[in-house]
Amino acid sequence: MAPDRPTPPFGRRAVEVREAAADGGYRIFTLVDREGPEPLPGQFYMLCEAPEWSSIEGRPYLPRAISYARSTGREGELLLEFLIDDVGPGTKRLGRLEKGDGCWITGPFGNPFSAPREIAESPAGAILVGGGIGIAPLAAFRRSLISKGFPTRTLLGFRDLEHSGAVESLFGCEEVRLAFEDGSSGHHGYVTDLLELLLERDDPGGAIVYSCGPPAMLEAVKKICASAGVPAELALESPMACGFGACFGCAVPRADGNGYLRLCIDGPVVRSEEIATALVGESG
Amino acid sequence: MKTTASLPIEFCGIELSSPVINGSGTYDAIASRRIFGDEAFASENFPFAAFVSKTITENPRAGNPPNRIWETPTGMINSIGLPNPGLDGFVEDHLPILAELPVPLIVSVMAETPEGFTRLVERIEETGRASALELNVSCPNVHSGLIVGEQPTETEQLMKHLKGRTELPLIVKLTPNVASPEEVAVAAEAGGADAVSLINTIKATAIDPVSGSPAIGAGSGGLSGPAVRPVALQQVRAIRSRVSIPIIGMGGVTDGESALEFLLAGASLVAVGTENFRDPVAGRRIERELGAELTRRGFDSIGAFCDRPSS
Repeated sequence: MAPDRPTPPFGRRAVEVREAAADGGYRIFTLVDREGPEPLPGQFYMLCEAPEWSSIEGRPYLPRAISYARSTGREGELLLEFLIDDVGPGTKRLGRLEKGDGCWITGPFGNPFSAPREIAESPAGAILVGGGIGIAPLAAFRRSLISKGFPTRTLLGFRDLEHSGAVESLFGCEEVRLAFEDGSSGHHGYVTDLLELLLERDDPGGAIVYSCGPPAMLEAVKKICASAGVPAELALESPMACGFGACFGCAVPRADGNGYLRLCIDGPVVRSEEIATALVGESG
Repeated sequence: MKTTASLPIEFCGIELSSPVINGSGTYDAIASRRIFGDEAFASENFPFAAFVSKTITENPRAGNPPNRIWETPTGMINSIGLPNPGLDGFVEDHLPILAELPVPLIVSVMAETPEGFTRLVERIEETGRASALELNVSCPNVHSGLIVGEQPTETEQLMKHLKGRTELPLIVKLTPNVASPEEVAVAAEAGGADAVSLINTIKATAIDPVSGSPAIGAGSGGLSGPAVRPVALQQVRAIRSRVSIPIIGMGGVTDGESALEFLLAGASLVAVGTENFRDPVAGRRIERELGAELTRRGFDSIGAFCDRPSS
């Protein structure tokens, strides 16, 4: 059972961008949320630039679901950090936000990551596996695990150095192992290779894997964990219009063949055995 | 002195606090309460003057494979496939929660035969919890193989079959994907429909530039959002001139001004659809803005607007 979710304000709200900067190949920006509750790691917000919503050839028309990477301050003046990879009309506009700009938000929405003790009776350690922009919610979760003194190892993978922003600012450099598909640094290959090695070399008993990244990476994590008998939670992405259960757009097939779950309310964090596949579309 | 016009209106014998409702399948009141808490059901917060449910079918439906939605210029394509818990699931699990709504409930139903429609209509009426029924006629009749809502004759026969089997007002949801939606509206009225609602989404697809294939899992879907508003307004106007039953107008309503456009085109109520996805309380804002628009034009109530000399 996931912890009780905070109740978001009913309706979208305009918030201000406090900071915005390029970080590696990504953009990182901080919003000041004066009305929302403190979110839990793994939760997401629906974001859209305000006020000029949908002015580049009518796109983006819909907000985008983005998991927060860091939340500081307290209720009444929360500072929410988001990481943006400009891959489509929605993220392009969010990536252009500058200090002082406005942004529409609704949320926080969705299931957070479960605490290790909610998954296993005597969990020994967490392994976080992040790929690309998917490192964001793991950064928030890692801080929460470490603040509780829970043994945590972090594996992050990127295409190349140019697309490996924010590792230092969000994770610090210690105890983080990196993989690069182009071999520019760290392990030459996929981050899932590192996960496989770790689970082979170590006694996987008691390990819990938490992962977020591109669909193909999550699908590999799901398979590796299933064959190693290690429980895993995956934070997925899907095209999503609303974030609060209205559009039924974010369908992910259930493993039991009994239809689909709605990623916005049944996810975005799911147990890997709940879903038939992690290979679902992205939104841009 | 009032700053905005008063909006209460009667529709098919149902008292509504305003003419702003939701389009079927664009707002999940139960999910909203689960997420936003009881505040989402409070009468001062609920975003619509009546709630139209997602379409209910006799048997449960899982819906279509992803991708189900795709953003387009000022709109979106959806191909959701009517996932719903079926009639039993709806009556047993959903209706008790929807009974706590602070506004009248309109239940949308769809079946593949007139008998199937009858079973849906009678069972829902029995519960005493619905104020009206909306008939989703975008499904083929299994006897004729024809899409009921695309054929005036099929539509008229279905209405004649249902009329007299229920006391509840029957609203027919019209498709824009025919040469003459007016003919279908006229047939619906002739068969005994109490109102028509339009437009349903416009057939559409998008091509994923990476794969070169349709971006929608089912191959195609329906377009909604401001992109369809001009089409919707034209159809509302055309149908207004051919039928005397009330019209629920919808298609890209995003603010008070666009809601007023539908009223001016001849709609009695306006439904908000895609805009709900951008803001769960969009309906409330649109209602406020509509009141202000009417006041600006010198009307102190929706009644005065409806009775205006030119209408």
